[in-house]
Amino acid sequence: MLDLIISTVTQGFIYALLSFGIYITYKILDFPDLTVDGSFPLGAAVTAVLLLKGVNPYLTLLAAAVVGAIAGFVTGFIHVRLKVRDLLAGIITMTALFSINLQIAGSNLSIERGIDTIFTSPVAMTLLGSATLLVRKLIISLIILIICKVLLDLYFKTKSGYLLKAVGDNSTLVTTLAKDMGRVKIIGLVISNALVALSGAVVCHEQRSFSSTMGTGQMVFGLATVIIGTTIFRNLSFVKGTTAVIVGSVLYKICIQIAINLGLPANLLKLITAVLFLIILVIGNFHKGTVRKNAGA
Amino acid sequence: MLELKNISKIYNPGTVTEMCLFEDFNLKVRDGEFISVVGSNGSGKTSMLNIICGSIPINGGEVLINGKNINRLKEHKRYEQMGRVYQNPALGTCPDMTILENMSIADNKGKPFGLGFALNKKRYEFYREQLSSLGLGLEDKMNIKLGSLSGGQRQAVALLMATMTPLEFLILDEHTAALDPHTADIIMELTDKVVREKKLTAIMVTHNLRYAVEYGDRLLMMDRGHIILDKSGEEKANATIDDILDIFNRISIECGN
Ligand SMILES: Nc1ncnc2c1ncn2[C@@H]1O[C@H](COP(=O)(O)OP(=O)(O)O)[C@@H](O)[C@H]1O
Ligand SMILES: [Mg+2]
Repeated sequence: MLDLIISTVTQGFIYALLSFGIYITYKILDFPDLTVDGSFPLGAAVTAVLLLKGVNPYLTLLAAAVVGAIAGFVTGFIHVRLKVRDLLAGIITMTALFSINLQIAGSNLSIERGIDTIFTSPVAMTLLGSATLLVRKLIISLIILIICKVLLDLYFKTKSGYLLKAVGDNSTLVTTLAKDMGRVKIIGLVISNALVALSGAVVCHEQRSFSSTMGTGQMVFGLATVIIGTTIFRNLSFVKGTTAVIVGSVLYKICIQIAINLGLPANLLKLITAVLFLIILVIGNFHKGTVRKNAGA
Repeated sequence: MLELKNISKIYNPGTVTEMCLFEDFNLKVRDGEFISVVGSNGSGKTSMLNIICGSIPINGGEVLINGKNINRLKEHKRYEQMGRVYQNPALGTCPDMTILENMSIADNKGKPFGLGFALNKKRYEFYREQLSSLGLGLEDKMNIKLGSLSGGQRQAVALLMATMTPLEFLILDEHTAALDPHTADIIMELTDKVVREKKLTAIMVTHNLRYAVEYGDRLLMMDRGHIILDKSGEEKANATIDDILDIFNRISIECGN
């Protein structure tokens, strides 16, 4: 039982990286970015191939983030410079990535026991050798998550970070500040998809596998966690968005785990996700409506 | 000097809703001039400002600054030397950011917006001074979100933000229209003060004939894409609201309404 809790929380931590990405695009930039369903498995594909080639496991994380960033750039370029609608720009990149991912990986891959992952590498063993693999996964995922969270929180305090928030808040103002808002949007998409691909990379280490379909529904999952997290902490403005999103991700994974334990067939998972997502959106809309009415009065 | 030369502007060209607004439109704005622009709805005032700022494309003619053609200069690039305040107070500020955060992004206009921290404690005193010059008590509320301020307060901050860094031109599009008369007067006073102090070249579109007459040193009236009245110097100084209103009514009658 304890094992199950630990592994569920670990999942929550790993997928929170993806939620960070969606937080940037959806919550800050107001950009529904479907690239995610492609950049998540992209991170995993690159990681799997590099691991099988014997590359240092920690370096694979970096490589995944870089290719994710490129995917984000492509979507941004298509949207901003080629003037394609946001949703469609993401769909185009996502579709292209499906082939590219298979091209990179060749097929679905699994990483045999002999190869070290970030959870079993010599560094991990020296530092956390006394812990079980399960606990090591929890701690290492948490460390990666905290590093990303701190970096993001710091970024949001920089001038560049302020500009990112400003674009989502009032893009006209960014233009009158003599800044190219298109460029700012591209930067947001780059950071976002780097995080998403990183999440995919860590999942690949954790599962020791890459599958070409592992991206399906990740965007919706991320949206759900962002909405859960930010809705819970709506009235507590001192809670950072990144913190809220981590809570959202962990809660979501726990809910799904409970549903499975109650005997929900795994085949129905995506259906349940969709229904849950609809409920969250409706509640979110309902709340927005009441706020507007109150504000108008 | 800012110049619009032989401008032509056609909306929706090649469609049934095609509408030619400007045909051979010309305007010269001398440095340091404060122009008020009046005119009925749809006479092309906003379009003229949009053409100056590069917010909309033109179909012919040239926009010149100091004799240099800036037709190809992108909108955001033009704002390096221009500030703009819109009619809608929400367009000039970021509602989800605090007053302090808003002040700091405006303070960084013209700089690269890199990875340095956005808030600079050394500038707080300057922001406080600027805010207290508004006389609205906002200097004690620097940490509240801009979205929670009233329209007038937001517009006052928007005006501050638009004019905080060095600039040449100030573009104002009915920036007092959404405010109650008292707040509008305060904002108008502030506008005049900042234009004088910073020796800006300003173009102010307004529906308030009193402002148009009392403020600024040149007055334009527009009608269906043409400048039908252009008073400056003595002529402008001696103009009264009644004179302007007369002309206004006459063109309305010609229009048949
Ligand atoms: N984006 C647009 N598309 C089509 N017609 C427009 C557009 N913007 C303005 N117009 C038309 O151009 C004319 C001038 O508009 P505008 O410049 O907004 O006038 P003003 O600011 O003086 O009220 C109006 O007849 C308006 O209908
Ligand atoms: Mg107008």
